[in-house]
Amino acid sequence: MNERTAKLGTATQTRIGRRFKELAGSAELGIVAYLTVGDPSLVATEEIVLAAAAAGADVIELGVPFSDPVADGPTIQRASERALRQGTTLANVIDLVARLREKTQVPLVLFSYFNPILQMGLEKFATRTQQAGADGVLVTDMTPEEASEYRATMQLHGLDTIFLASPTSTDARLKLISEASSGFLYVISRTGVTGAKDSLPEELPAMVRRARKFASLPIAVGFGISLPTQVTVLGGIADAVVVGSALVAEIEKAPSSTAAAEAVAARVKLLKHAARHGLSRRDANA
Amino acid sequence: MATRTIAESVPDARGRFGAYGGRYVPETLMAPLEDLERAYNEARSDASFRQEFDDLLHNFAGRPTPLQFASRLTQYLGGSKIYLKREDLLHTGAHKINNCIGQGLLAVRMGKRRVVAETGAGQHGVATATVAARLGLACTVYMGAEDMERQRLNVFRMRLLGAEVIGVDAGSKTLKDAINEAMRDWVTNVRTTHYLLGSVLGAHPYPAMVRDFHRVIGREARDQILHAEKRLPDWLFACVGGGSNAIGLFNDFLDDANVRMVGVEAGGRGTALGEHAARLAAAAGFAGAKPGVLQGTYTYVLQTADGQISTTHSVSAGLDYPAIGPEHAWLADRGRAEYTAVRDDEAIEAVKTLAKIEGIIPALESAHALAELMRRAPKMRRDEIAILNVSGRGDKDMEILARYE
Repeated sequence: MNERTAKLGTATQTRIGRRFKELAGSAELGIVAYLTVGDPSLVATEEIVLAAAAAGADVIELGVPFSDPVADGPTIQRASERALRQGTTLANVIDLVARLREKTQVPLVLFSYFNPILQMGLEKFATRTQQAGADGVLVTDMTPEEASEYRATMQLHGLDTIFLASPTSTDARLKLISEASSGFLYVISRTGVTGAKDSLPEELPAMVRRARKFASLPIAVGFGISLPTQVTVLGGIADAVVVGSALVAEIEKAPSSTAAAEAVAARVKLLKHAARHGLSRRDANA
Repeated sequence: MATRTIAESVPDARGRFGAYGGRYVPETLMAPLEDLERAYNEARSDASFRQEFDDLLHNFAGRPTPLQFASRLTQYLGGSKIYLKREDLLHTGAHKINNCIGQGLLAVRMGKRRVVAETGAGQHGVATATVAARLGLACTVYMGAEDMERQRLNVFRMRLLGAEVIGVDAGSKTLKDAINEAMRDWVTNVRTTHYLLGSVLGAHPYPAMVRDFHRVIGREARDQILHAEKRLPDWLFACVGGGSNAIGLFNDFLDDANVRMVGVEAGGRGTALGEHAARLAAAAGFAGAKPGVLQGTYTYVLQTADGQISTTHSVSAGLDYPAIGPEHAWLADRGRAEYTAVRDDEAIEAVKTLAKIEGIIPALESAHALAELMRRAPKMRRDEIAILNVSGRGDKDMEILARYE
């Protein structure tokens, strides 16, 4: 990466950065909502994203469906299969971003495996994604070691690059990941794949504290979060929580896309309420 | 004189074979891959590890395997002299056991008490279950539901050896989907579990490590042919799914420019995307392969225009995979090895030929390489020498063959 792109990266602040600043200002935990695009249809996803944003989601991750989602559990894998049966492509996802941008200013992150992006071409992908109005990109199977060209290209187009940190990440890796990330750092709550769970691992607070030593970025905690009680616990620890499989499961069991949008909105509202409560607890402890 | 051979020049420190290879995995697996790389590098320079590996290869697996002169096949085809490297004679019936012994010992060395593996034809699963039993490790094997049906006997063998076999119903229900599940298991249980990957695939260091455990095939073949013919062969033939047996045979000959190498992929039942598993044989009209990232590595992958991984077809479960080991992609780019594809029906005919003429029933995988050799040998001179890697035996394929009777 050259000096010019590095400067651009620090100079730009996307909607993501601004939203986290607002959240910090109002002492509020953020809710990052993940949705698989094209499940059950592109039209439905548009409706569901708008409902989630209206319900208080602070950032929305738009999942690009992929045939071989090794980092995902069964819930998101099934959603990807449904989306692919609908013929959903990366180009469709970017077009959806453009349509959403006419209706909402909620920060949007494209969440993908690397191969679809690679096949579109990094430059073309970044250009189109930026023009459509997305704010950041997260690539599940992209590591900082392989990311120099990817990061440089995204930065040139003012897109945040969000990387994942895991409980298995060493201090050396946390440093590397933090340096490669912009927008926010995504801390995985536990080893394993995506999927809703009832509890949080005991070592999670220590993990987030360890990440803070290396990252000046806001920290979002994800994987396994579905319940208000989990969010409340994280109020004193993280800056945001990511909720994915729990929302996708609502969509899976909803009888219609309107019902899906309502169910997702209700779940986001519930978690947002807990998020505010959680933060007030941190203030009380401080 | 160059001090490093072609084989030793790759991969580089980042696990690259030229442009191919690397590490594209969820972050949770990065530290374990670094640990594995460190453990492997220590083990390979540790005399006691090498001794234990060699001892198990010799006394448990049955190495060295013979290099048999196939006099009747040579006469039948009327061209080059044909030698068979008899990996089918190994314990559990295929070359796969070499790598399983190596990685099994490494798992023990790293203090991992459990291994997970994936299997297509079942050969790697059986070898993993066997080595796990021998070394006292818990073992879980993932297998596509379609492959479980195709290879029922091997499922039974794995269970008899104490392994848990889990069927995978996702996607195409074949090897690719079994690898996804094995990776998910590894991501979840990474602190206690070693992923015993079965081919020269996946993230660094797997392609290099698996290659190194299989180099014994080529090393033996080289000594054996020099002993038998007082010179090197002109041709090497091996089938290529992920490509481990081929890499094992090729590696010790890479610096010998006069030894020509042919990797044979599954041409399936047609050239359209989804009908075959030919990744590097595009010149023969097979559609859909482009460089891409699948399951941890950058290599040639059968895929759609927008980057979704394609389904594949082959009569042999072991070749039915949409990507190819990154070292093969590199060898193909350099023109050092040549890649072709053979149809299902040609492979089945080849099994029958070898059975009747030499009294050997090869695995359907190996029969792909044999079919290509049978095409070419008659046009070769009688003083040319070809070695065919019989990577496994065909016992597992009886039900499939019976269907074609």
